[in-house]
Amino acid sequence: MKDSGSYQPYSYFQLMEVSLRELLVEKGVLTEEQIAATVEDIRSRTPERGARVVARAWVDSDFRARLIANGTRACEELGLDVPALRLVVVENTPAVHNMVVCTLCSCYPRMLLGIPPDWYKSRNYRSRAVREPRAVLSEFGLDLSQEIKIRVHDSTADMRYLVLPMRPAGTAGWSEERLAAIVTRDCMIGVATPKAS
Amino acid sequence: MVEARYKPGDRVKVRKAYPLGHIRTPFYIRGHAGVVERLCGAFGNPEELAQQRSGEPKQPLYRVRFLQREVWPDYRGNPEDVVEIEIFQHWLE
Repeated sequence: MKDSGSYQPYSYFQLMEVSLRELLVEKGVLTEEQIAATVEDIRSRTPERGARVVARAWVDSDFRARLIANGTRACEELGLDVPALRLVVVENTPAVHNMVVCTLCSCYPRMLLGIPPDWYKSRNYRSRAVREPRAVLSEFGLDLSQEIKIRVHDSTADMRYLVLPMRPAGTAGWSEERLAAIVTRDCMIGVATPKAS
Repeated sequence: MVEARYKPGDRVKVRKAYPLGHIRTPFYIRGHAGVVERLCGAFGNPEELAQQRSGEPKQPLYRVRFLQREVWPDYRGNPEDVVEIEIFQHWLE
């Protein structure tokens, strides 16, 4: 785009956002400070949070059991507050692979993974993940054998899902920090698996 | 709060109905049968909440497990592949 320094009109959604925000402030519903703090809070949520949870579960089997029994409460142990979010942690095993989708919109464990990637919200992923999960996973570079059962979780209501991937071979003795570094966002959505190298 | 009628392991069928409004039961699963995986708790009825009403009484919410090959007749994969969906009790029969 040519940068002429001239005024660029807002897009439709930008204009809507500014109008709504200014109205809320003008009417005393919210303050500028509260809005700025919330935006900052949303920005601070990244998949590193989820990776910490996974790494802890890999090194501490008691924690893993608590995490699967009650995801929300186990996250609180790590100082991760997941308000208004009932976290269901689903564990990959050699026999079962889990993947998460929200076919209706884009429900996502934002407190642990941040803002969802665009593909997660795309019609393509949302419609195909439930219907042909193996083809979708293959497009992500994950070719699962027919022997492995796939369990797709359609996040349709009040629960949020996090996939607990399998700890890869070759990571014996690794620190929690080092383990967390190989747990990517996609591993926790279930469209990838962690690699030791 | 509405009392929970089903327990894990129960076979249930999703109502095949197409009302207007904010429905959290995906179209593709209506009319299909599955097995209750767990009771998630009771939550405000989203169809009511979307109309700015109270959502009370809270409805039991279940995770229901469906066999992919029963949902999609042309499904290719492991015959035990499943899809799990959260479904409110008033959508089950």
